[in-house]
Amino acid sequence: MISLLIRDLKLAFRAGGGFGLGLAFFLIVTVLVPFGVGPESSLLSKIAPGILWLGALLACLLSLDRILALDWEDGSLDLLATSPLPLEGVVTIKALAHWLTTGLPLTLAAPFFGLLLSLPEPGYPWLVLSLLLGTPALSVIGTFGAALTVGIKRGGLLLSLLVLPFYVPTLIFGAELARRGAEGLATTTPLLMLAGITFGVIALLPFASALVLRVNLR
Amino acid sequence: MGSIWEYANPVKFSRTAGLVLPWVSIGATVTLVVGLVWGFFFTPDDYRQGSTVKIIYLHVPSALMAINVWFMMLVTSLVWLIRRHHVSALAAKAAAPVGIVMTVIALLTGAIWGQPMWGTWWAWDPRLTSFLILFLFYLGYLALWGAIDDPDTAADLTSVLCIVGSVFAVLSRYAVNFWNQGLHQGATLSLDKEENIADVFSTPLYISIAGFVLLFIALVFLRTRTEIQKRRTKALLARERLG
Repeated sequence: MISLLIRDLKLAFRAGGGFGLGLAFFLIVTVLVPFGVGPESSLLSKIAPGILWLGALLACLLSLDRILALDWEDGSLDLLATSPLPLEGVVTIKALAHWLTTGLPLTLAAPFFGLLLSLPEPGYPWLVLSLLLGTPALSVIGTFGAALTVGIKRGGLLLSLLVLPFYVPTLIFGAELARRGAEGLATTTPLLMLAGITFGVIALLPFASALVLRVNLR
Repeated sequence: MGSIWEYANPVKFSRTAGLVLPWVSIGATVTLVVGLVWGFFFTPDDYRQGSTVKIIYLHVPSALMAINVWFMMLVTSLVWLIRRHHVSALAAKAAAPVGIVMTVIALLTGAIWGQPMWGTWWAWDPRLTSFLILFLFYLGYLALWGAIDDPDTAADLTSVLCIVGSVFAVLSRYAVNFWNQGLHQGATLSLDKEENIADVFSTPLYISIAGFVLLFIALVFLRTRTEIQKRRTKALLARERLG
């Protein structure tokens, strides 16, 4: 399991075009927003939590089709399926590798992008916390979507269409947590709901991902 | 009659559907015409909402169907995954376009009703928002059916999508509730509430709901039967090419 994780991480770092791209995309989205809505800092600080969450979500979405598609094309997915490691474990590791290469860097970079959008002072810890809790769910749900569409040529657009509705609850609670934190309101309910979604998704969704992957591999 | 699983046999299903179809179609036509005509022309205007209230005879039944069609797809998807009856998977496939049309009707009539009543075509009210999300789920489901060539793979994948999607649709419903307060009133047709609508309005409403249900059954029978025949034609053509 660990060697698979290390292999995936190495591929993501060395193969190029994967690792830094998500962050760059996140930066561009953050830079483009003030051009779209105007530079007043009062408006920007009001919408900053939502924009940062949306940017992180879209950056996550961009790299989803890399989770399984490359392994599918060169046949290593078939090898993994016949290995003693259960497929549920494989998809969990894939999701973890995806999170380590996109979700975690996005979370760490988010405070700096928050500066660009003049996020209010008390919002920073909550923004980082909400992304830290929420992005694993995005990776796991995305792996399910990638497993669904892995057999389809040029399935990238379909993948986005399938996965985006699944992101709704995570986005709502994540952005709400960051917003309430920034405005100094009570944060317990969205925090617990976000944590519940993430852990529930991590516990259950790999089974569905492995099921559809088996269908696609047969 | 025997058990319901007999109808998992495509031949038996087609024959029974063929027998039932004309009656269900007639029933749907009659109830829809009676319900809608009665609703539109023979009910009094509401004292506050005026004649706009009459769009309820389209709005409520289509909204009900939009959700229940998804529920029916969930059940047939489970039956397909557990018992591998092809008719079940085909019925889910046949129901989805009907469901998405119902969702669109509910959203459109809601907008048309909301404009004079709430002063806006669209608001991010929880029910409106969850219907929009339901629409997106239907869209993804149909897109997945369209993207895969092998029918059994498509049936498997869409079934899992439908089941996981149901969980997320319910989650979204509650998330959206938490996220914004609503404009919609509470229950309209529950059995024990004081705030139910008056009988003058509810009788034609029940009739038009029955009409929508019958229409849905007729369409699903028709579409499932067509799908079975299409597969049979394909199999026959393939055999001909071989022989």
